[in-house]
Amino acid sequence: MAQLDTREKLGILADAAKYDASCASSGTSKRNSVGGKGIGSTEGMGICHAYAPDGRCISLLKILLTNSCIFDCHYCINRKSSNVRRARFTAQEVVNLTLAFYKRNYIEGLFLSSGIIASSNYTMEQLVEVARSLREDHDFRGYIHLKTIPDADPELVQKAGLYADRVSINVELPTAPGLKRLAPEKSVGQIEGAMAGMKGAIEDGRDAKKKYKSAPSFAPAGQSTQMIVGADAATDSDIVAKASTLYDRFSLRRVYYSAFSPIPDASAVLPLQRPPLMREHRLYQSDWLMRFYGFKPDEVVSAAGDDGMLPLDIDPKLAWALKFREYFPVDVNKATKEQLLRVPGLGTKAVSRILSSRRFRTFTLDDVARLTVSVAKIRPFIVTSDWRPTLLTDKADLKRWIKPEKSQMELFAA
Amino acid sequence: MSDANGRCGNPADLFDRRHGVSGSAGVLLPDGPQIDPLKITLDQPDDFDGWREAARELVMAGVPPMGVVWQVAGEDGELFGSEGAAPPSSGQPMFSVPKPFIDMAKAAICHSEPQRFALLYTLLWKLKANRRALEDRADPLVDRLEKLAKEVRRDAHKMHAFVRFREVAEDGTTRFVAFFEPDHHIVRREAGFFVRRFATMRWSILTPELSIHWDPASEILSEGPGANRSQAPDGDPLEDMWRTYYSSIFNPARLKVKAMLKEMPKKYWKNMPETALVAPLIAGARARELEMIERAQAAPRPGGNLEAAWAALREEAMHCTRCDLFRCGTQTVFGEGPLDPRIFFVGEQPGDQEDLAGRPFVGPAGQLFDAALEKAGIDRSTTYVTNAVKHFKFVLRGKKRIHARPDTAEIDACKWWQEQERALIRPPLTVALGATAARSLTGKTVTISKVRDAPLLLADGSECWVTVHPSFLLRIPEEDRRQEERARFVEDLQRIRARSEELAG
Ligand code: SF4
Repeated sequence: MAQLDTREKLGILADAAKYDASCASSGTSKRNSVGGKGIGSTEGMGICHAYAPDGRCISLLKILLTNSCIFDCHYCINRKSSNVRRARFTAQEVVNLTLAFYKRNYIEGLFLSSGIIASSNYTMEQLVEVARSLREDHDFRGYIHLKTIPDADPELVQKAGLYADRVSINVELPTAPGLKRLAPEKSVGQIEGAMAGMKGAIEDGRDAKKKYKSAPSFAPAGQSTQMIVGADAATDSDIVAKASTLYDRFSLRRVYYSAFSPIPDASAVLPLQRPPLMREHRLYQSDWLMRFYGFKPDEVVSAAGDDGMLPLDIDPKLAWALKFREYFPVDVNKATKEQLLRVPGLGTKAVSRILSSRRFRTFTLDDVARLTVSVAKIRPFIVTSDWRPTLLTDKADLKRWIKPEKSQMELFAA
Repeated sequence: MSDANGRCGNPADLFDRRHGVSGSAGVLLPDGPQIDPLKITLDQPDDFDGWREAARELVMAGVPPMGVVWQVAGEDGELFGSEGAAPPSSGQPMFSVPKPFIDMAKAAICHSEPQRFALLYTLLWKLKANRRALEDRADPLVDRLEKLAKEVRRDAHKMHAFVRFREVAEDGTTRFVAFFEPDHHIVRREAGFFVRRFATMRWSILTPELSIHWDPASEILSEGPGANRSQAPDGDPLEDMWRTYYSSIFNPARLKVKAMLKEMPKKYWKNMPETALVAPLIAGARARELEMIERAQAAPRPGGNLEAAWAALREEAMHCTRCDLFRCGTQTVFGEGPLDPRIFFVGEQPGDQEDLAGRPFVGPAGQLFDAALEKAGIDRSTTYVTNAVKHFKFVLRGKKRIHARPDTAEIDACKWWQEQERALIRPPLTVALGATAARSLTGKTVTISKVRDAPLLLADGSECWVTVHPSFLLRIPEEDRRQEERARFVEDLQRIRARSEELAG
């Protein structure tokens, strides 16, 4: 095979990374390059430096070290039996590219993952070497996210945490049978074992930091994971339940979802239809409900239909509200924060603004409109000094609303 | 160049005591008393310190909002005001403002809205009367200013994101130069971000209003005049590399142009090297996606584990609870046959005998099916046979379990398994036996008589032929019609056999 130049490799190894849903560069400790020998800073939320035509943000240089792999996971374009074009970066090439892009303000840092070559430990060593070189040789203070290899030596995986802001290990599939079928060389025990190990290391790191100021920060942006949606029989309810256990057990910062894409030369096991992107979107929304709106996992699950799937035509918060109408309407002038957060269309910001303004005024519908994006969506669920919805309080209508017809739902979803 | 860290103006100059246009103040203040407003001229459009200094004195002197007009030195505008005597000192004690006000004012003052100084002063005036006025977020004035501040913060955020440096050689060293066009007066405000991030680089950011330059050796940030794009360097070899990255990281199967435009409005595009690719990437997306699908349908490579995957899929199906029918029968009846069949048959659902045996098409309908296959010259052992619904649905009549038709919800729930079987096996030709199977395969309700003579196209591009279900043939009471329909069924199967031989080449 002819030698590939760096640009050709970049094309191949970025293309291979495009199925990874995670791109964020947020949630790490604040630092900058003043007084240092290198470049880089992290402040506030991560910055999206560009957006691709698929609507996704480009924040990090997201590439694979290599797309060669000794494993044969069916959902993965890089699996052994795929005839995709292969390439491999040296650690040095990745370091140089990261620095060159960063200096031009194209990126916030690096998100590096890899197919498994030679052995899991060898691959993990290479990933760690890239991060080490960036931090130690170049005093790079931007963001680094390393995807760790599940069955690599725990000591190596923990070394990754010393250099990286965030580490992640993919759970791959929401069900054990799905994993068995699609990733025969991986196992739930191995993946979750690695997550548990990382959780311990992150906590130890935090304790050390409390005791000694000089202790290095260990994966300050925590750990995250990704699962593939739509490749096994898991319903949305199963997935929400799985995600919430993962959050609880391993203190994850984020669970990412990746809907199936048609993949070039995909394994025969994959469904070929266009990916159900809306399903992915609804799962992210349900994730938000749990993380920011005080919904419990079983409440989100109760918004799903009998088939365990969240409705695709309305968001899960609205679905919940339509199912549990007895909570509405909510009086904007009297309700608690928890109650206001349940109103479809009222975001966390709007709720806090309402709470702080309420001491000064009695809210009219216009006042609410000023603080929210679309008062039309909210109106049926709230009471203000000059507004009381009739639809929801009217008994006959209530019954009809319990099973809303399509046209009515669209009215609300607008 | 003046030092951007220091203020150029001194506070004493902040009251413009020159004679302005006078005598027409009443035009501006139709309802107010005919007082001559005081004209305050600020040094810069983002002169927060100057505004604060002046505003503090004005408030303390009791000058109401309608008594002041604000302007920026060098900016045109028909502002009527008169020479102001220094406001009489009121002798009142200073009052302090809440910190959130300062944060908001520092941002809002950078906005291009000409009224920003006056709006802020009005709010300050309000705060003097009610220290908590800012907490009333629903107050239109507070709301307006919060929005201005928010727009400034967004502009700043976009500057952090969309500034694109180009490397240029300069006296044996390198300088990184960017050209950027912000909407608001944010360049001074945001300089610190770039200093903190690129502390060891020599860089310049040129904007139409002003330029800033950082020298890492002296650690001095300096300011220069505004620039236009032609004064900025043109291209950087790394941009090709970046464009390669940009086009490769994009997944053409997920095109969402609106989402992209929302976050990366077109006004920023001209100074970003990658955005020239957007149009061709969008135009080529569908073709690239189809190509991905086509390649996905190519023959499996050796090294996969088809048998194991099929066995695992079958095992998974044994525990399926996707619809309530799992409570009904004895077991899941999964498909069977070689994994490289010539023809893939989909029936309706297992019957009483299939349910007990755990295998499809073994009961009376199965026997009829076998006989018809034989007549049509199809060897059943070269076919894969499965059902649209994998559990037996029945009603009890005495001790007898009578077959009941699956409803569409059940068909659609169970469809998942059939899709997985097909995705795994990738049959060149699929046959729907009856309307239930056709619904499962196509997602639509079809009338068999209308579609039985020509194939339908499935989502993956392969052919699907539709014919009747063998159990339909069992139920026809009249002998003549039964014979007639059976012959027709065999004819269908013969046509299907011929087509499958054609496809096999
Ligand atoms: S480990 Fe499995 S999933 Fe990952 S690259 Fe290799 S084959 Fe693909």
